[in-house]
Amino acid sequence: MRASSKILNATLGLLLVIAGWQPARASELESHLLGLASDSRSEILDSIEALGEFDDPRALAPLEALVDKRLYRDVSGRLYIALEDGRGVVDGVTGAAVDIDVSTLDEPTINNRVRRLANGLIAQLSLRVPDAEARLRAAEKLRSRPSDEAREPIRRALEAERDERVRSALLVALGQIDLNAPDRETRLEAIAVLSEHGDRSLRSLLADLVVENEDGSFAEPDAEVREAARAAIDRIDRASALIDLAANLFYGLSLASILLLAALGLAITFGLMGVINMAHGEMLMIGAYTTYVVFGLFESYLPGAVDWYLLAALPSAFLISGCVGMLLERSVIRFLYGRPLETLLATWGISLMLIQTVRMFFGAQNVEVANPSWLSGGYEALPGVVLPWSRLAILLFVTGLVAVVYAMLQRTRLGLWVRAVTQNREMAGSLGIGTARVDMLTFGLGSGISGLGGVALSQIGNVGPELGQSYIVDSFMVVVLGGVRKIEGTEVAALGLVVVNKFLEPFAGAVLGKIFVLGFLILFIQVRPQGIFALRGRAAEA
Amino acid sequence: MSAAGRLHTPLLGRTGWGALALFVAVAGVAIPILNVLPAEDSALRVPDFLIALLGKFVCYAIVALAIDLIWGYTGILSLGHGVFFALGGYAIGMYLMRSIGIEGVYASDLPDFMVFLDWKELPWFWYGFDSFPFALAMAVLAPAALAFAFGFFAFRSRITGVYFSIITQAMTFAFMLLFFRNDTGFGGNNGLTDFKRILGFSLQDPITRVGLYSASIAALVGAFLACRAIVTSKLGRLLRAVRDAEAKVRFSGYDALQYKLFAWTFSAALCGLAGALYVPQVGIINPGEMHPANSIEMAIWVAVGGRGTLVGAVGGAWLVNATKSWFTVAAPETWLYVLGGTFVAVTLFAPDGLVGLLRRLRLPGRSGLDGARSGEARPRGPETRRPDSLNVGSLKAKSLTESET
Repeated sequence: MRASSKILNATLGLLLVIAGWQPARASELESHLLGLASDSRSEILDSIEALGEFDDPRALAPLEALVDKRLYRDVSGRLYIALEDGRGVVDGVTGAAVDIDVSTLDEPTINNRVRRLANGLIAQLSLRVPDAEARLRAAEKLRSRPSDEAREPIRRALEAERDERVRSALLVALGQIDLNAPDRETRLEAIAVLSEHGDRSLRSLLADLVVENEDGSFAEPDAEVREAARAAIDRIDRASALIDLAANLFYGLSLASILLLAALGLAITFGLMGVINMAHGEMLMIGAYTTYVVFGLFESYLPGAVDWYLLAALPSAFLISGCVGMLLERSVIRFLYGRPLETLLATWGISLMLIQTVRMFFGAQNVEVANPSWLSGGYEALPGVVLPWSRLAILLFVTGLVAVVYAMLQRTRLGLWVRAVTQNREMAGSLGIGTARVDMLTFGLGSGISGLGGVALSQIGNVGPELGQSYIVDSFMVVVLGGVRKIEGTEVAALGLVVVNKFLEPFAGAVLGKIFVLGFLILFIQVRPQGIFALRGRAAEA
Repeated sequence: MSAAGRLHTPLLGRTGWGALALFVAVAGVAIPILNVLPAEDSALRVPDFLIALLGKFVCYAIVALAIDLIWGYTGILSLGHGVFFALGGYAIGMYLMRSIGIEGVYASDLPDFMVFLDWKELPWFWYGFDSFPFALAMAVLAPAALAFAFGFFAFRSRITGVYFSIITQAMTFAFMLLFFRNDTGFGGNNGLTDFKRILGFSLQDPITRVGLYSASIAALVGAFLACRAIVTSKLGRLLRAVRDAEAKVRFSGYDALQYKLFAWTFSAALCGLAGALYVPQVGIINPGEMHPANSIEMAIWVAVGGRGTLVGAVGGAWLVNATKSWFTVAAPETWLYVLGGTFVAVTLFAPDGLVGLLRRLRLPGRSGLDGARSGEARPRGPETRRPDSLNVGSLKAKSLTESET
C-alpha cells in the first residue's frame, strides 16, 4: 500500500510537473519571441540564442520577419509581422490577422551580427519542418543566400534529409559556404559538389576564385583548388550552353509556330490564289478579338465554364474571319483578279478600315484575354527553362492545323477543286467546277485559318487593333521564301526564318538580328526568286 | 497616253507652258509676296501656317512625281519610297544638327542625342555634314546609291510585279527597325530635331520659311520638267514599253535592266531631294517616316491623281494631303475610313485616277470602266501581259541604247 501510494504520488507529481511546466515553457517561448522586437540589441541576441535552444518552428516566421525588417512591436510590447507580399499584418505570436497600420509601430534595429545569428537559426528551424515542399523552399533560399552560420544546421539537416531535390539544393548551399573554408580539402570537396549539382548562377562565384590579383597572386592560393575550379567552370559552361541551345530552340519553335499560323492562311490566299491580301493581318486581329468577345460572353453568362471558352472561340473565330474574308473576296477582290498591284492597294485600304472599325468598337487600347487555367503556368524542362503551357499548346495546335489543312487540300473535294482552279482556271471551269464559288471558299478558308491564328495569338500576348500589322511583313516574307503554291515551303520557311533569327539574337541583338534576316531574305530572293520549294515544269513558267 | 502615238513629243504643248507659267506666277511669286508684304491683319495676307502647309505639299508633289515615273510609266510599284524620302531628310537633318553648334541642351559640339548616349566623338558617317553642299549632295546620292544597289540585284534576278513590291516593303521595314535603334547613330526613336538655322538663317524666321517654300516650288518645277523630259523622250517610250511588255523589250534587243535601273535610281534621288526640302520646313525627321504604311500612302497619291500622267500625280498628292489635313483636324476618327475607302474606290472604279475620270467626261464614247473590270482593255502593269501593246520593233534598237544610257 505504501509502495503503491508512493508510486501514485510520484506519478501525480510528475503529471503535475509536466502540466505546470508546459504553460511555463510556452510563455517562455513567447517572451523570447517578444524579445526579438526589443529596442535593445543585446536582448534581441539573447532571445535568438534562447529560441535556438527551444528549436521550435513557431519562431520561424518572426525570425524571417526580423531579418527582412518586417517585424514590429507596439508600445505594450506586442509583436506584429507585416506579410511579405504586403497583404496585411498578423500577430507575431498567434498568427491571427490584425488590422493595424505598421507606420504607427516601432521597429527593432538590427545589425549584421543579429542578422547572422538569425539566419543560422532560420536555417536550422526551416530545414526541419515535416513538409518537403517547405523544406525545399527553405533550401532554395539558403542556396541563393548562403551564410556561414547556416553551415552546421545544413550539415545536420543533410544527415536526415531524404528528399533528392532538397539534398541537392542543400549540397549547393553548403558548397558555396565551404568555398571559403580555411582547409584545402573542404574547398576541393565543395568545388566537386558545386560542379556536380550547380548551375550557372554559381559560375561567377567560381570565377572569383581563379581571378589573378594585380600583384600576381590569386584569390585562391592553392593551385590544385584553382585547377578544380576551372574544370568546374568549364563543366558549368558546357551545361549552360546546352540549356541555352535547348531554350533557344524551343522559343524559336514556338515563335515559328505563331508565324506559321499567320503565314498559313496567307499561303492559301497568296500562295495558292495569287491574291496579295494586305488585310490578311486583320484576319488575325479579327480572330483575336472574337476570342476576346467569346471570353467576355463566357465570363458574364457562363462563369462556371469560363475555362472552356477556347473551345467556343475556335469555331467562332474561324467562322467570323472566314465570313469577313468571303465578303471581302465577293465585294472587292474578285474584281481585281489578274491585277495584283491594285489588289495590294485595295486590300491595304480595307485593312485600314477594319482597324478603324475595331478601334471604334473596342477602343484603341489593347485588351487582355486571360488564359484558361489549364493553359497558365508551364513545365520546367530544365532549371531556368520554363516552357509555358500556352506556347506548348500552340505548338501542338499548329502542327495539327497544318496537318488538317494539308489533308484538306490533298484529300477532300474542296481541296481538289482549289488545286484545280489555281492550276488552270479555264480548264477547271469547263469541267464544271464553279470557279467563282471555289475562289470565295478558298479565300474564306485562308481567312478562317488566320482567324484561328488570332485565337492562338490572344493566348500569348495582348490583343490590339494593330495586332495584324506587325505580322504582315513577316508573313509575306515567309510565303515568298517558301515559294508560292507550296504549303510545305511555308512551313520550312517559317521555321527556318524564326530559328535563324532566334540564334542571331544573342550575337546581334533582337533588332539587328531581324534586320539581318530581312537582308538575307532580300538576297535570297535574288538568288532563288522561286523560293525554297520551286515548282517544276510548266507551272513554274505561269 | 495619246502622246505615245507620236514619235516626237514636245516637252510641253502651248497650253502646258501656259499652265506652268501660271502656276509659277501664283505659287512661286504671288503667294510668297502675299505672305511677306501685306500687313499682319490684311485680308490679302497669306498666313504663315499656310506657307508651312503648302511647302509640305510641294515636297509631297515631288515624291508623287518620283513614284509616278517608276510606277505609272515603268510599271514598278515601289513600297519603299518612304525610305528614300527619309534618307534625303536624314542627310539634311544631319547638316541641320551640326549647324546647331554648341547651342544644344548640353552645350556640346556633338548633337544632343550623342551626348545623351555618352558618345565622345562624331561617328565617321557624320563627317562632312558640317557642309551644306555635301549634305545636299548626300541627300540625293545616298537614296540613289541604295536604290541602285537594291535595284541592280532585284532587276537582274527579274523580280517583277508584286514580288518586287513585297521586297521593297521588307527593305522599308528593315530600314525602319535600323533607324529606330539608338546605336545606329541617327538619334534613334526621336530622330533629329530642334534645328536652329540653315545656311546661317534662323529657321524660326518667316522669311527663311518663305525662302524654303520658294526653293521647294523651284525644285518641283525642275522635277516636273525633268520627268517630262524623260517621259517624252525615247527613254520614256522604252520605260512604257517595259511596263507593258517587258519580255518583248528584251526580245527586241534592249537591255531592260538598264532602263528600269535608271528610272528607279532617278526616282529615288528625286525622292531624296523632296525629303531634303521637307525636313527643314517641318523641323523634324524620325524613323516614323520610314513606316511601311507611309510608303503605301505615297502610292495612293499617284493612284488618285492618275498614273502615267505627271500632272495627275502632283494633283493627287495635293488632293489626298489636303483632304488628310482637313479630316485629321475636323473628324480624325473618320480619316482612316476616307483613306481606306479611297484605296478601294480608286482601284475599283477609277484605275486611271482623276485624270482618267476627267478624260472620260470629255470623251464620253470611251468608257474606261469596263476595261478596268476585265483588266484587258488597257495595257496596265506587267501583270496583264497583253501581248500586242507596243510595237517595239519599229524603234532603232542600237542607237537608242547607246545614246540614252
